[in-house]
Amino acid sequence: MKGFWRDAAEFFPILMSGVVLTIVVTVGSLLLSTVLGLIWAMMRVSGIKALSMLSASLINVIRGIPIIVLLFYLYFVMPDLGVTLSALQAAILGLGIAYSAYQAENFRAGIEAIDKGQIEAAQSIGMGWWLTMRRVVLPQAVRIVLPPYGNVMIMMLKDSSQASTITVAELALQGKLIASSTFKNTNVFTMVALMYLTMSIPLILLVRHFEKRAGKK
Amino acid sequence: MIELNDVHKSFGQNEVLKGITASVQKGEVVCIVGPSGSGKSTILRCINGLESYDRGEISVEGLKVDRDAPSIVKVRTQVSMVFQRFNLFPHRTVLENVVEGPLYVKKEPRAQVLERGRALLAQVGLAEKADAHPPQLSGGQQQRVAIARALAMQPKAILFDEPTSALDPELVGDVLGVMRKLADDGMTMVVVTHEMGFARDVADRVLFIDGGVIVEQGPAKSVLNQPQHARTQDFLRRVLHPL
Repeated sequence: MKGFWRDAAEFFPILMSGVVLTIVVTVGSLLLSTVLGLIWAMMRVSGIKALSMLSASLINVIRGIPIIVLLFYLYFVMPDLGVTLSALQAAILGLGIAYSAYQAENFRAGIEAIDKGQIEAAQSIGMGWWLTMRRVVLPQAVRIVLPPYGNVMIMMLKDSSQASTITVAELALQGKLIASSTFKNTNVFTMVALMYLTMSIPLILLVRHFEKRAGKK
Repeated sequence: MIELNDVHKSFGQNEVLKGITASVQKGEVVCIVGPSGSGKSTILRCINGLESYDRGEISVEGLKVDRDAPSIVKVRTQVSMVFQRFNLFPHRTVLENVVEGPLYVKKEPRAQVLERGRALLAQVGLAEKADAHPPQLSGGQQQRVAIARALAMQPKAILFDEPTSALDPELVGDVLGVMRKLADDGMTMVVVTHEMGFARDVADRVLFIDGGVIVEQGPAKSVLNQPQHARTQDFLRRVLHPL
């Protein structure tokens, strides 16, 4: 146990630099996936057949490719096509795109859960499609969408570790590097696990808060 | 001001409107009565473009009703609608519900709209509920807010789609009272209703619809008191004397 604390003190600063990158990747890809997911969802419910079909097939393609393959593609294949991305850019882009599919389905479910009468009421006072979305549908859909959105945040935090496969020195990769140079596998990976858990707990509490609020109505 | 000329409408194989021709004059109160499934609500929904129609023509103040044309916004700002299930926006306060259309669709100045909104809430007897949210109100109160919301658009006519059907019986009177006052003030109204007493006392004209056609129409008292057509007689007997 004493050995653990000594190692912990020694490795903590290095692992913290990994935590910073983990947070950057998580927040960056969360923002990107939210924006993309909203766009896919809006296309899906636009009532315009071409847009809706395009969005549905995009979502299926994205869903059908493993995140790790998407990351490899962005980082290793794109340079051959003349687009060179830094590891961090590729990680945020890859995770953002991968998660946009889940975000889109979540947003769509929230939008479609809104009572048709709400949309008719909006139309009956002369609102067009966009105004109906902005003033009536989306503000109500947010309540429904927030709990699953919180879960996506937690999954995203953990999946950001996949960025290690394309050399982003986030928490998991920093841990692996220390472990392979010191052979202190137990102590290092226990620390890594505890640090992920520490970051997850506030998010888990946030989800619980969202669920309570959505339940109250 | 509202003209329907040979309007047809089908839902799939089911033809619900089989050639409706009718008109509503300015200041007139027209009640549409008839058995459920007869197409009464569909007529209202076609008039403000919530539903499309297959054949014939509907116009409001000379403007053709076409739900796919940009002009539909103009139709809807002139003809308000009150729904059976109120359809208030639950995430906004009562006053915000009332001013939503004037502020965001008609883009009228805020201060003026808020003042008018409060006056309308007072008119329907709910001035003290301005800051409440709709789910906190009774059905009757919600429907009166919905009427205030319709009035806030300063429409030339209001369509009522079974406005009291979702209400507890003891709350019906408040809503009908507000509607009667509107009629007395000269508002043009088209009301789909099962309240025969209201139709008899308030309506200028009654249309009896069955199977997608107008079976009988005329002054309210003559249609409801001395119906000529057998189907009208049968319907009224069943509505007025259910036992």
